[in-house]
Amino acid sequence: MAPAISLRSAVALSEGFPVLSGVDLDLEAGQVLVLLGANGAGKTSLLRLLAGLLPLRSGEARVFGCALPDGAAALRRQVGLAGHDPGLYEELNALENLRFALKASRLDPGGAEAALDRVGLAGRLSTTQLVRLSEGQRRRAALAWLVARRPALWLLDEPHAGLDAATRHLVAELCEEAAMGGACVVVSSHEPELVTPMANIVATMGGGAVLRSDPGGRRTSGASDVA
Amino acid sequence: MWRDALLIAGRDLRIEIRTRVGLWQVLPFAFLTLLLFAFALGPKPGLLAQAAPGLFWLAVMLSVVLAAQRSLALEGSQATREAGRLLGLDPAGIFLGKTLALLVEVLILEGGLLLGVVVFFHVQVTDWLVLVPSCLLAAAGLCAASIFYGSLAGDARVRATLLPLLFLPLAAPVLIAGAKAFEASVQTGSGSGARWLGVLAVFALVYLALGVALYGPMEE
Repeated sequence: MAPAISLRSAVALSEGFPVLSGVDLDLEAGQVLVLLGANGAGKTSLLRLLAGLLPLRSGEARVFGCALPDGAAALRRQVGLAGHDPGLYEELNALENLRFALKASRLDPGGAEAALDRVGLAGRLSTTQLVRLSEGQRRRAALAWLVARRPALWLLDEPHAGLDAATRHLVAELCEEAAMGGACVVVSSHEPELVTPMANIVATMGGGAVLRSDPGGRRTSGASDVA
Repeated sequence: MWRDALLIAGRDLRIEIRTRVGLWQVLPFAFLTLLLFAFALGPKPGLLAQAAPGLFWLAVMLSVVLAAQRSLALEGSQATREAGRLLGLDPAGIFLGKTLALLVEVLILEGGLLLGVVVFFHVQVTDWLVLVPSCLLAAAGLCAASIFYGSLAGDARVRATLLPLLFLPLAAPVLIAGAKAFEASVQTGSGSGARWLGVLAVFALVYLALGVALYGPMEE
C-alpha cells in the first residue's frame, strides 16, 4: 500500500529563499512523525508544504493521494494545522470560532461544544472572547478546532511551547487519539524529551533537509521509512 | 459561493457589532471630514449646498478606505489567512462576503452622512429615486474595489499606505458620477440622473467581476 505521505527530493522556496532543500519522507496512516532541529532547520516549512500552503518548487510530493503543487486545494480540506499563532478570530469567542470553522468546512456546527469540552474549554471559557483568554487557553481553542474537524493530517508546530503540564499532556493524548483513528500526525518541537515517546519516527532536520531519522517510543502502527 | 459569502459576511458583521469600530471610529472620521471641509469653505450656506454633493462623496470615499483596512485586518495575520485557506472556502465567496459586510457598514455611514449634509449644509433632496440607487450602486462599487485593491496590496505592513494610493485614483469615476447623481437629485427636473446611475452600475459590476475572478489567485 502506498504511504499516506511521500516526499522525494522536495524543494520549496519562500520569497525566493530555499527553505526546503530536498526532503525525502514516507509516512503511513496512523503514524506520528516528530520533527526536531534548530531554528531555521525547515520544520515549519515542511509542515506548510504538507498543508499545501507552501508551493513545491521541484521534486515530488504526494499527500493523501494529492500530488503537489496541483492538488494543494484538495489536500487542504484534509489538513488541520495548529501553529505558533492559533489563527483564530480574537474578537470572537472559542465557540463562535469553532462553529464558523465547522460551517465553512461543511461539517455539523453542533460538534463545537463537545470539542471544546474535550480540550477543557467548556462553560464560560467557551463564550469568552479569545482576546481575553490566556495564551494557553487560546492554544486549547486551536486544538479544539482540530478535534472538531477530525482532519486526516494533523500538523502541530511546537504545540508544547508555553503550555502548562496539563495542556502538554492533553496534546500528547490528542495526538495519540488522532493516530489511533487513522490520521497522520506530524509534530515539530524543540523538546525531544516530550515528543520522542509519542512518535513512531523522529526526524532531525537541518538546512531544509532531513539529516537523520530514528525510531520513536510509539510502537502501535505499521512499518515506516524516512530516508 | 453564495453560502460562503453569507458565512463570511455574517462573521465580519458579528465582529463589527462586537467591536463597534465603524461606529466609534469610521463614522466620526466621516463627520469630521465633512466638518473640516465646511470650515475650509466658510459660513456661506449657498456655497456649502453647492459643494455638498462632492464633499459627501469625498467623505464617503475616505471613510471606505478606513473601513476596508479594518475589514481586511480581520484576516491580518498569516496564520489567520492560512487557517481560512485550510477551511476550503471558495475565494470568490470570501471576496463577496467581505464586500457584502463592508457594504452594510458603508450604507449605514452614507445614511448618517446624508443626514449631516441635509441638516448642516441645507441641502434639499427632491429626487430620492435617483439619490437612493446612486448611494447603493456607488457603495457597492467602492466596497468591491477597496476589498479588491486591499487584497492586492498584500499584508498589513504595506496595505495602510498602498491601499489609498491604489484605490483613490481608480475610484475617481464614483466620485464624479456620485456627485453628479447627487446634484441631479437636488435639482428638480434635471433628468441627468439615469446616465450617472449607469456609470455607477458599470463600475460596481466591473469590480465585482474582477474580485470574483481574481481574489483566489491573489490570495495564493
